[in-house]
Amino acid sequence: MLRRALFAAALAVVAGTANAQELTVYTALEADQIKAYQASFQKAYPSIKIKWVRDSTGIVTAKLLAEKAAPKADVVFGLAATSLMSLDKEGLLQAYVPVGLDKIKASMRDPANPPKWVGMDIWASAICFNTVEAEKKKIPAPASWADLAKPAYKGQIAMPNPASSGTGYLMVAGWLQMLGEEAGWKYMDALHENIASYTHSGSKPCRQAAAGEYAVGLSFEYRANRTKKDGAPIEAILPKEGLGWDMEASAIMAATKQLDAAKKLLDWSVTEEANKLYAQNFAVVAYPGVQAKLEHVKGDVEAQLAKNDFAWSATHRERILAEWTKRYDGKSEKK
Amino acid sequence: MTSVTSNQLDAAAAEAARGRPVRQRMSRDDLLMRIMLVLLTLWLVGTVLLPLGALLRKSVEGPAGEFVGLANFVQYFSNPALTASIANSIWIASISTVICVLLSFAFAYGLTRTCMPGRSVFKLVSQIPLLAPSLLPAISLVYLFGNQGIAKDVLLGASIYGPIGIVIGEVFWTFPHALIIMTTALATADARLYEAAAALKASNWRTFWTVTVPGARYGLISATFVVFTLVITDFGVPKVIGGQYNVLATDIYKQVIGQQNFRMGAVVGLLLLLPAVLSFAVDQYVQRRQSAALSARAVPYEPKPDRAIDTFAFIACGLIAAAVLIVIGMAFFASLATLWPYNLTPSLKNYDFDNMDGGGWQSFYNSLKMAGMTAVVGTALVFMGAYLVEKTKGFHTGRFIFQLLALLPLAVPGIVLGLGYIFFFNAPSNPASFIYGTMAILVLCTVAHFYSVAHLTAVTALKQLDQEIETVSASLRVPFFRTFLLVTLPVCLPAVLDIAMYLFVNALTTVSAVVFLYAPETTLASIAVLNMDDAGDVAPAAAMAMTIFFAATLVRVLYILLTRSVLGRTQAWRRR
Repeated sequence: MLRRALFAAALAVVAGTANAQELTVYTALEADQIKAYQASFQKAYPSIKIKWVRDSTGIVTAKLLAEKAAPKADVVFGLAATSLMSLDKEGLLQAYVPVGLDKIKASMRDPANPPKWVGMDIWASAICFNTVEAEKKKIPAPASWADLAKPAYKGQIAMPNPASSGTGYLMVAGWLQMLGEEAGWKYMDALHENIASYTHSGSKPCRQAAAGEYAVGLSFEYRANRTKKDGAPIEAILPKEGLGWDMEASAIMAATKQLDAAKKLLDWSVTEEANKLYAQNFAVVAYPGVQAKLEHVKGDVEAQLAKNDFAWSATHRERILAEWTKRYDGKSEKK
Repeated sequence: MTSVTSNQLDAAAAEAARGRPVRQRMSRDDLLMRIMLVLLTLWLVGTVLLPLGALLRKSVEGPAGEFVGLANFVQYFSNPALTASIANSIWIASISTVICVLLSFAFAYGLTRTCMPGRSVFKLVSQIPLLAPSLLPAISLVYLFGNQGIAKDVLLGASIYGPIGIVIGEVFWTFPHALIIMTTALATADARLYEAAAALKASNWRTFWTVTVPGARYGLISATFVVFTLVITDFGVPKVIGGQYNVLATDIYKQVIGQQNFRMGAVVGLLLLLPAVLSFAVDQYVQRRQSAALSARAVPYEPKPDRAIDTFAFIACGLIAAAVLIVIGMAFFASLATLWPYNLTPSLKNYDFDNMDGGGWQSFYNSLKMAGMTAVVGTALVFMGAYLVEKTKGFHTGRFIFQLLALLPLAVPGIVLGLGYIFFFNAPSNPASFIYGTMAILVLCTVAHFYSVAHLTAVTALKQLDQEIETVSASLRVPFFRTFLLVTLPVCLPAVLDIAMYLFVNALTTVSAVVFLYAPETTLASIAVLNMDDAGDVAPAAAMAMTIFFAATLVRVLYILLTRSVLGRTQAWRRR
């Protein structure tokens, strides 16, 4: 009966608070990345237990905003910097100077002092191109974003929905900044004609390209590298105009009751060791000198990053998404 | 006992006849029952009514929680991208309903009105879709008819992503629901009408249209509305295979989860409530009419072997059953392939859930736990509620309110209920907000979500019991709970097991209500299917869906074995 349910609930709550050193960490990192990070952190701080809450960038951001009145997270670890900036605007974050902050690149942290968030790595857009299907359907390999708007790719492209996917948003924000607003929307209008599917996550387009569902998947470099490593017949292509990008960053929630443990996690996140782990997944990380080239991604990610104004991208996020949704989301498939 | 004179009795009888009931002194039992009924009513208020109220309130709130009237609705209706979903939803639901009702009618006709071979096997196969989340048929369709699908040529170049895929998936998923209704409607027929038709030398065709179809008309209406509501409120199928074809149910998910817009989610939620409430009202009306359709003098109709009809029915039902098996089989096959479609070597790689989104194998164990708790807690609550509402003497208003609340969840789509739960239970001012993010809230929500059907099952079972059992025990001064435990419960054991089974399987497969409520320690298998599909891990999603299917099937088999042995002992009295 009700009492039983309440009792069970009470038990769950008690069990949850029994261990004082438990951190609730919200993250948009990929599920397959977290394990290595967790193991390394655990080795450094064995007494701190991390409870991960993982989802797409848009969802983690939405959750944090929804729980504004009663925040559940202690730390946000590995979320798009643009999202952290919107959270900061709501007053949800607290400033902290991690031990060793001075060692990381100045561009990879909140410019404010003390910073509200510190960067981990940069994740940038990439194209997953299925070579087997391309050969079957005589589709040429794209070299640029402009190529994708050509008729040859009609119905062959999957792209993440920017409203839910951070990867999708950084692409859109990238195009709008590279081309200017007007030309940017015009480009997306043309691209839209070729898009077969807008997906919920940034990984799915690459996975779909890998399965031959579509020939082209707009995704990001980590997923492209990883998917090719898994044996899928794809090429990872970095379009020549430049890559949209965002920074994965971490911050402490203002409402945390586990401040000490939270600080430890941020301290760890700027260490060389942590950055070496990031470097196994991403080409550009916060710690200078720690640079690993991704095995299956041709080209220099860092040199190709487009000019990106985070503040602009964060401030206009809501407006851009509304416009995007109005233009492309409601337009149904032809029957 | 004081002696009662016959005069007094006569007076009481006369008074009762005039419509005024005899006022009896309330016994301690009566009082206790009323208090319990009130408590259960409050529980339903807290788990169904108040969350809905919170949803309603949210829909008229601004960003800072201020009252803005209908501003959110105006904003919604001025966005053509969003309102297009209304037409899409209605269109999809209508097509799916027509197809599903026709197929289920044909299938039910085969099962009840013909002597075709293999009826028990067909019956088993037809129930398969109930044992998997609605995401499973959609995933399977991707493998069957997607761009790399093994049967994509069947679609003649049309895309499975969109209306076609949604309709096929929904028909698969709603088929057993419609079939149960149609089988019931066709199972009861008056043989005398058929004799009369035969005597009048009416052709089979004519008899079919003038006797069979009108006889099943309430079943047809009921099935139509049930399927329509299920389709328009389901979000699993369109989520996976809808492509860019937006419908209301996926809009809620996108608004809430993708765009952080809870107010717009509440608006769409209220829109979804409309068809569900309408369908509920029609169903209630129809059920009242149907009970009178068969008179006591009716002679049950027994089908006679007819070679042509039996063969035809066998082929038709065989095709439908084959389609069901192909959909399940395809998902199973895809879940075992190493790298679809380039490397089809069988492997268990896709069952290695711990390296993927969705919470790994833990979510499967969580699901079992949640389903188990839902079955135990839910069955206890439901049966007690049904008992009290049936057996409490007097207290008409209280019983009426309870009955209404018990049926309310039938009119509330899961996704709407789940959204209401966020607003209600995540408000810091709610003293019960501590259950937010725990297993308890998932159990609470799932019990509420599936309360009505379980309640109706319990009530039906209780109605079959002679009222005199209570009267006799009361006169022997046996407390009602003893009668309940020693007589009512054992006698109703089949219904109790039925309810537990129903709650367990539904808790295992549901996605809609719990999708907004799970937390990292309480990820569920059905949600994992959704999240893995979202992340592009479609084959692992198929693998998890199959794991759920196998678990549900196993439980179902255990249930059949259990009922055979237990019921063999406790239900011997039913046989003559």
